[in-house]
Amino acid sequence: MDLSLMASSLPKLLSAAVITIKLLSASLIIGLFIGLLFAILRLSKNSIINRFAYAYSYVFRGTPLLVQIFIIYYGLGQIEYFRSTFLWVIFKEPYWCAIIAFALNTGAYTSEILRSAFQTIKPGIIEAGKSLGISNKIIFYKIQIPVAIRQSLPAYGNEIILMMKGTSLASTVTLMDITGVAKHIVSTTYKPLEIFITAGGIYLFMTFIIHNLIKYLEKKYSFQ
Amino acid sequence: MDFLTFGKTGWGDELFYATLMTIAVSITAMLIGFLFSAIFTPLKLSSNKFLNLIANSYTTVIRGVPELLVIYLFFFGGSGAIMYVASIFGYNDYIEINAFITGSVAIGIISGAYSTEVFRGAIQSIDKGQFEACKVLGLKRYIYFLKVIMPQMLRLAIPNLSNVWQITLKDTSLISVTGLVEIMRQSYIAAGSTRDPLFFYSFAAVLYLMLTFLSMKLINKLEIKYSRGF
Repeated sequence: MDLSLMASSLPKLLSAAVITIKLLSASLIIGLFIGLLFAILRLSKNSIINRFAYAYSYVFRGTPLLVQIFIIYYGLGQIEYFRSTFLWVIFKEPYWCAIIAFALNTGAYTSEILRSAFQTIKPGIIEAGKSLGISNKIIFYKIQIPVAIRQSLPAYGNEIILMMKGTSLASTVTLMDITGVAKHIVSTTYKPLEIFITAGGIYLFMTFIIHNLIKYLEKKYSFQ
Repeated sequence: MDFLTFGKTGWGDELFYATLMTIAVSITAMLIGFLFSAIFTPLKLSSNKFLNLIANSYTTVIRGVPELLVIYLFFFGGSGAIMYVASIFGYNDYIEINAFITGSVAIGIISGAYSTEVFRGAIQSIDKGQFEACKVLGLKRYIYFLKVIMPQMLRLAIPNLSNVWQITLKDTSLISVTGLVEIMRQSYIAAGSTRDPLFFYSFAAVLYLMLTFLSMKLINKLEIKYSRGF
């Protein structure tokens, strides 16, 4: 074990952590909106909309994230027409491709988490709202959504950690996140053990922080 | 669809063998995972604090670190570590480990961390009376485990193990970085030589979907079998 190498690579890996955090937060924010939208579509009575939302979550949960990134980054650029549209400005950047792939992936899992949360809301809460004469729209936005979010916190916490681990795949489309930088340092120093263990330590620390943050939020917003 | 013909010009047979490779790696990794959980689940449930600590650090570290990093560590660090051990015993030649073995072990260790949690949860939710009854009846330890605890544990564990299986199956796509020719690697090669990444990666996605779909059907049958009588 070359401890001095571990220490000297730490600043480089930590500055790469900024990209990991950026990728994670951007995809989580977009993914939350996608997830909420598709969870609502899943609850729709219209069977076409319902099936469409189910197909979305099934496909994104049933295929590896790596395939999804590769389709978006390598695949879409192949379509001639697509390259002439304004969207190409976004899709030619590996950074945005990674965020889009991550967001679509976490959106699929989030939609499942939120859907089951919506379905397990006690009907009494909604009935109470109705008996107070609150309109359906306000019941949905002010009662159902907050309760569903609270109920899905533990599962969503797991999803955040899974997504954080997923961001390491950004290194496969040339991005220099923690894993990307670690691999680059290994290719120049030939010390895989030291570098990957240091990188793993940073990820573990991030997992620890997210885990405790979610626990804190669970306690703060508990019903008791 | 010309791309998918079998024979020299198409990629059909290559992709077929690649799919078999994905299945082989997934099953091997899952079995290695069971081996790890057979070691770590008892440690987790033990009353010894030190053994608990070992098992908890295994599951926490593995589940808190990206799969890709674990695979890189094994692939780039694995042969170095083995050569170091071999050099202690006086063997100094270069040792290269097979990509299939490295990949299966790396994914297996990850899969094992998840299965350990599943088995621990399943054993803990078995009624305490069952354990006490076995003791009262004076059953031998292995009979009591095989005939009483195991069937009840499996019933509780199978739904969650099916999640672990899905995670393991999807994780095998990451082994493509080590050069093992499974679905992802084969698609990468085909996409490179035909310049049609969209088709081949989409087809890879379809293959993975098929595998997850079919394995879910199989697991559902198992689930029905093991939940008989409840």
